Amino acid sequence: MATTTTQKAGYYGQYGGQFVPELLMPAVNAVAEAFATYRDDPDFKAELQALLVDYANRPSLLYHAKNMSAELGGAQIYLKREDLNHTGAHKINNVLGQALLAKKMGKQRLIAETGAGQHGVATATAAALFGMSAEIFMGQEDIDRQALNVYRMTLLGAKVHAVQTGTQVLKDAVNATFQDWTKRIDDTFYVLGSAVGPHPFPEMVKYFQSVISEEARAQFLQQTKRLPDVVIAAVGGGSNAIGAFSHFIADEAVTLIGVEAAGKGIQTTQTAATLTNGSDGIFHGMKSKFLQSADGQIDPVYSISAGLDYPGIGPEHAYLSEIKRAKYVPITDDEAVAAFEFIAKTEGIIAAIESSHAVAYAMKLAPTMRPEQQIMVNLSGRGDKDVAAIARYSGVTIHE
Amino acid sequence: MAVKKIADVLKNGQGFIGFTVAGDPNFDQSADYIVAMAEAGADVVEIGIAFSDPAADGPTIMAADIRAAAAGSTTEKVFALIAAVRERTDVPLVILTYVNPVFKYGYEKFLSKMAALSVEGIILPDMPLEEQASFLELANQYDRSLIQLVTLQSKARIPDIVAQARGFVYIVSSLGTTGTRAELTTASRELVAAVREYTDVPTAIGFGISRPDQVPQFAYADAVIAGSAIVDLIAADPNGATGAIKTFVQDMKAAWQNTSNNA
Ligand SMILES: Cc1ncc(COP(=O)(O)O)c(C=O)c1O
Repeated sequence: MATTTTQKAGYYGQYGGQFVPELLMPAVNAVAEAFATYRDDPDFKAELQALLVDYANRPSLLYHAKNMSAELGGAQIYLKREDLNHTGAHKINNVLGQALLAKKMGKQRLIAETGAGQHGVATATAAALFGMSAEIFMGQEDIDRQALNVYRMTLLGAKVHAVQTGTQVLKDAVNATFQDWTKRIDDTFYVLGSAVGPHPFPEMVKYFQSVISEEARAQFLQQTKRLPDVVIAAVGGGSNAIGAFSHFIADEAVTLIGVEAAGKGIQTTQTAATLTNGSDGIFHGMKSKFLQSADGQIDPVYSISAGLDYPGIGPEHAYLSEIKRAKYVPITDDEAVAAFEFIAKTEGIIAAIESSHAVAYAMKLAPTMRPEQQIMVNLSGRGDKDVAAIARYSGVTIHE
Repeated sequence: MAVKKIADVLKNGQGFIGFTVAGDPNFDQSADYIVAMAEAGADVVEIGIAFSDPAADGPTIMAADIRAAAAGSTTEKVFALIAAVRERTDVPLVILTYVNPVFKYGYEKFLSKMAALSVEGIILPDMPLEEQASFLELANQYDRSLIQLVTLQSKARIPDIVAQARGFVYIVSSLGTTGTRAELTTASRELVAAVREYTDVPTAIGFGISRPDQVPQFAYADAVIAGSAIVDLIAADPNGATGAIKTFVQDMKAAWQNTSNNA
């Protein structure tokens, strides 16, 4: 079981809560009750475990990236290969859990927001597998930059709604999905894709993503006879990071580092580095840190990565940052793209642009460490979806 | 000036509550619209503070928030607008916004400002019962009303919600977001009955009401609320909206004459 830092239900220190309209409160509470019922139910756990192993290809590998480690000349880098999961990212871990819960609750229709499209693809996949319908909400700008994933969702039988309100990215997709839920509650389950939103979502997403660190901890002990010194993960809303951190939180010698998208730089307004530049606020159902104006208007944010392009962060990350158990650092577009290219050439792995942010920080950190030290980088997803956008960024014209 | 109380203006039912977003399409005209509503007989006026992400609102009010933001809306400007409006009318006022602008301003500072400007209540659609404790404590301290919302989903929650009710109870008559609707459900009659079992605080029905002919069916409640319909008048013709709003409010009030308050 994951280490929990929850104090009162749904709160991590001062962060968390359930700030949703009264119209949704009963539905949110129903999810909380169902989750509380099934999280320790042996049949539910066995069913989920079977899906993770037989369908999603778990456990994911812990791979010693010897070429990268040698080239960087410092700590040994280990990659937790969530990119090798079915559908190509960590998102499937959470989606299979929530979809199974939806099934237990008798819900037939899954709705989800998506930024990079990975969560939308995973939700569409689970709906196809369980014989449910799926409707995915995606910002128009993300539809344009993640076209491959949009087509994948359609192939899987999902309906993709282009969100054309606000800044037309992930934040707006979350708004639209909550709005859809208020219109149709009885048969619908909102599969939230990150460790954000009202309780129980942050806790539930962590629970389903904790498989990452549960496996990784055992794999480190088996392969290297000791724990990693540092765990690094990219942070959008924070689901892959909280999954990668959770079983290491109690191991105080393990440094936990979340990598935020700095976009064009934290000194610019074109950034999504929430913990670096943000302040306390209440939005998307939770009290947490947000990029916002002095008046509490949510800022438009920017990152090359559609999955990290979000003005908030999960409440447990805000808490881990406040108590200094985890540290959060910014990585720019340029640094992430350089890492994307570096890991492809040194290790033969095309990583998601989100995950490349984590790789980029490892590239900075590893040379400052000793060769007997170990870094785990959570490689949250594969980068096929990003190839066209990176080519464009690098000024290369390819036939899309 | 001595300001009227919601409990007094709604005590005989047949009430009308109008809504506009402060600063839509600019702060001068916005003040005129609020005063026009009051002069035309609105019993309470709800003033929206624009928010970047108005997730409980449909396209109409979302667009109004965008126009107000473009007009440079800030929380201070809205308070300045209310101060100006207060010189011209004694109508009960209620602020409607999302929790974040209020949180950022500071709950206590916000409530004390409301008290100073004789704003009786506030509606925060994303602050459900579960998260109200600290705000309610301060609201009581400053004698301001947090308007409680009751929806078609609330059912077993109604006794706990209305235990906190002050001002009026907002009966959300439909699922989904704000916006005008051709068809309205009749389920809100049962909601009002359920609320009345536990409180004498007046009830006001909103979400979707846009035409005088829809009013009489709500005789079981104490007031109807129209928001998007007024915002539509502003969007269609900002310069002519003062007159159009007056006519609309008069028609909505007059529509009650086609019914007897049989609640
Ligand atoms: C591969 C990948 N990594 C990371 C993220 C960021 O999300 P989170 O912070 O919830 O892990 C995404 C989101 O779309 C993603 O697709």
